[in-house]
Amino acid sequence: MNEKALNSGTPAALRFKDTQIEMAHGAGGKASRRLVEGLFAPLLLDAPADRLTDAAHFEVGGANIAFTTDSFVVHPLRFPGGSIGELAVNGTVNDLAVSGARARTMVVTFILEEGLSTATLEAEVRAMSTALQRAGVIMVGGDTKVVERGKADGMYITTAGIGSPIPGVHIDAQTVRPGDKVLLSGPIGDHGITILLARNELDLEADLCSDTRSVLPLIEAIAAETASAIRWMRDPTRGGVATSLNELARDCGLAVELNEEEIPMRDAVRGACELLGLDPLHIANEGQFLAVVSPEYADIALNALQQTEGGEEARIIGQIREQPANAVVVNTRYGGTRIVDMLVGDPLPRIC
Amino acid sequence: MQYVDEFRDPELIMKASEEIRRLADPSRHYRIMEVCGGHTHAIYRFGLKDILPENIELIHGPGCPVCVLPMGRIDDGLVIARQPDTIFAAFGDMMRVPGAHGSPLEHKARGADVRIVYSPADALEMARKNPDKQVMFFAIGFETTAPSTALTLMSAMKQDIRNFSVFCNHVTIVPAIRAILDSPDMRLDGFIGPGHVSTVIGCRPYEWIAKAEGKPVVTSGFEPLDLLQSIVMLLKQLESGEAKVENQYKRVVPWEGNHAALKVMAEVFELRPYFEWRGLGFISQSALRIRDKYAVWDAERRYTVPETRVTDPKSAQCGEVLKGVLKPAQCKLFGKECTPEHPIGALMVSSEGSCAAYYNYEYRKALVTSISAVA
Amino acid sequence: MCLAIPGRIVELVAEQNNEVGVVEVAGVRRKVQLGLLADDMPVTGDWVLIHVGFAMSKISEFDAAEQMRLLSMLGEVDQAMEEVRGYGQADTARESGVHEPPHRLN
Repeated sequence: MNEKALNSGTPAALRFKDTQIEMAHGAGGKASRRLVEGLFAPLLLDAPADRLTDAAHFEVGGANIAFTTDSFVVHPLRFPGGSIGELAVNGTVNDLAVSGARARTMVVTFILEEGLSTATLEAEVRAMSTALQRAGVIMVGGDTKVVERGKADGMYITTAGIGSPIPGVHIDAQTVRPGDKVLLSGPIGDHGITILLARNELDLEADLCSDTRSVLPLIEAIAAETASAIRWMRDPTRGGVATSLNELARDCGLAVELNEEEIPMRDAVRGACELLGLDPLHIANEGQFLAVVSPEYADIALNALQQTEGGEEARIIGQIREQPANAVVVNTRYGGTRIVDMLVGDPLPRIC
Repeated sequence: MQYVDEFRDPELIMKASEEIRRLADPSRHYRIMEVCGGHTHAIYRFGLKDILPENIELIHGPGCPVCVLPMGRIDDGLVIARQPDTIFAAFGDMMRVPGAHGSPLEHKARGADVRIVYSPADALEMARKNPDKQVMFFAIGFETTAPSTALTLMSAMKQDIRNFSVFCNHVTIVPAIRAILDSPDMRLDGFIGPGHVSTVIGCRPYEWIAKAEGKPVVTSGFEPLDLLQSIVMLLKQLESGEAKVENQYKRVVPWEGNHAALKVMAEVFELRPYFEWRGLGFISQSALRIRDKYAVWDAERRYTVPETRVTDPKSAQCGEVLKGVLKPAQCKLFGKECTPEHPIGALMVSSEGSCAAYYNYEYRKALVTSISAVA
Repeated sequence: MCLAIPGRIVELVAEQNNEVGVVEVAGVRRKVQLGLLADDMPVTGDWVLIHVGFAMSKISEFDAAEQMRLLSMLGEVDQAMEEVRGYGQADTARESGVHEPPHRLN
């Protein structure tokens, strides 16, 4: 009997003590984790909370499948570089990809706000269709609901996706060892900053667009060279690289050490973060992934990425160490270090 | 980024850190206070403590306007937020600060219209664009930020935008420094002086620290090289037994301050006879309020404000940490009842509060007995 | 307190008596209020320090360059003194009661 079963049961046993839900609970950081681990996991899930992954792998009728779900509530619906529809398809494909699976089929539900213009809806559906074709994924069904004006921010999209495991790839945080290298596929922060700017509340303008794309071709490129050397992967969406790597550190009980000058970032992301007092490591990405690879194959994996279209800016950004356990440490360019923690909720601009 | 990257040059940083090691007298233990929360944040962000010798101790000062705001003021502001058709606008820094009935974000979750602004000018613009709503800007900050609020109020008058008000919590830095020096528990060798406050008030206001208290003050910038150079300058003064005010941040800080900014502050604000600072108690002539001329835009006059007084829980030691008497980890609640996820005091919420900085950037490092820098 | 960032004025907005400009920081643009620099209004191309959407101060290129010069010289005067000491001359000076001048670079 696993530990979870012993702990769950009556509502009094729930570790989630917040009395109401707030935005922080959806931001991907500590509050989200508390909600999932403290309420959802004990009551609904079969896996212990520290084994939660981007997609579930299991066997059905003799076939190994990967299964994932995701929801998209982005506002505004359209932004430079993409839209909610593209995010929905790419996000699902990516969840499967970083779990070591090739997306095959998807279903989608639309929750539409009364008054949404058909033109807007059509644009999203077309965007999804294009994204599906690019990713080689078939949509096999869906559902639609309409809610009253004032709800749903125009449109909410939820997806579920099924994929087949990529041969040779086995993702497990427990296999991560000190000395393993941390790879990042490309520049961070593009998506989150684009959205922040697109909301117009901060009156900033920049030539930035969302990095939304399927990362499957990049992962397949690594897998083709050295599938068994990949220990762990994740797509650093809400909460950014810092959150994903903190989750890893916690799940494997080791330290993730990053070298600040290796982390690729566009100037405009840097500028916006400096202006607003944000840490780029906490900003969402929709077209990147992190991979932990055994040291003997790290350069091969990096090379495979850099030779693949879209992976030219990939870097080895750090390594796994023993200490400080369960933490992410960043080495600055001149011998200083700092710990990077998960945020509680969304990153907030600051003036102080 | 120009005027930023060159002050983060790794080679020059190494050079500066070597110079510091050379200058620091190994038989002395230096206690240097950085007054400004922005400096606290920079020290942690750039990992500067790692490249300073062990006998230089940096003590975090009270220059964090969020940290020194008594909880009651937040509650008063949020009472206004709960009025119908009212938008509560504030900097992101304020959003998670706990009031007695929750933080601004928690109020938002309960239905209050709470919005983040980057600039007071944006809050005024929000009022212009939403004529059917009242926009209340919750103003915080030292003299760096006060002139911007002042200019915004002058614009509100010029453009006759009536659905706008300011809840003014601006405070002044010199009384806070005085309170530190008056504190019997405090022994300090020198000060890293506020950088951006000084762009407004200049360097003269710190002269009494050098003359009357005999402590050197170096007004410092915020990049790693700025802070390291300031420490070099302080060490040199201490070595030669000098005590004077020096301006390290010359590229931006005028010795005499910004006359235009001081003028608009004087036009719009006057000093309150006294104001309660969290952790430091009541200090006279230490905070600003809006003059009668701008009364129409003063939230404290437009709304009935309960003037809530909330004392911190006895076990929370925000005051001592604020004054630099205790290190964050020495507070009984640190890391246990008080964490960034469920903060008791503002020092754990504000991005430049000592407790938050220590927790986010250093805490778990300290739990490990040794970290080797080489993989 | 006080997150303030250097940015370059790329445009002056005419409508509000030139008290508003557009500033650029690493490719990010934002409207900025110039009223606090009324005594010495910046022009397009000037660098200013921005805090909460207001320009607080003009950045002096001269002072910045001077600071970099001082920083790159750090330790050099003192290193020269160390060498002199190595020849025994400074020790002789000290014994005879002559004070070394304070090492002032700034």
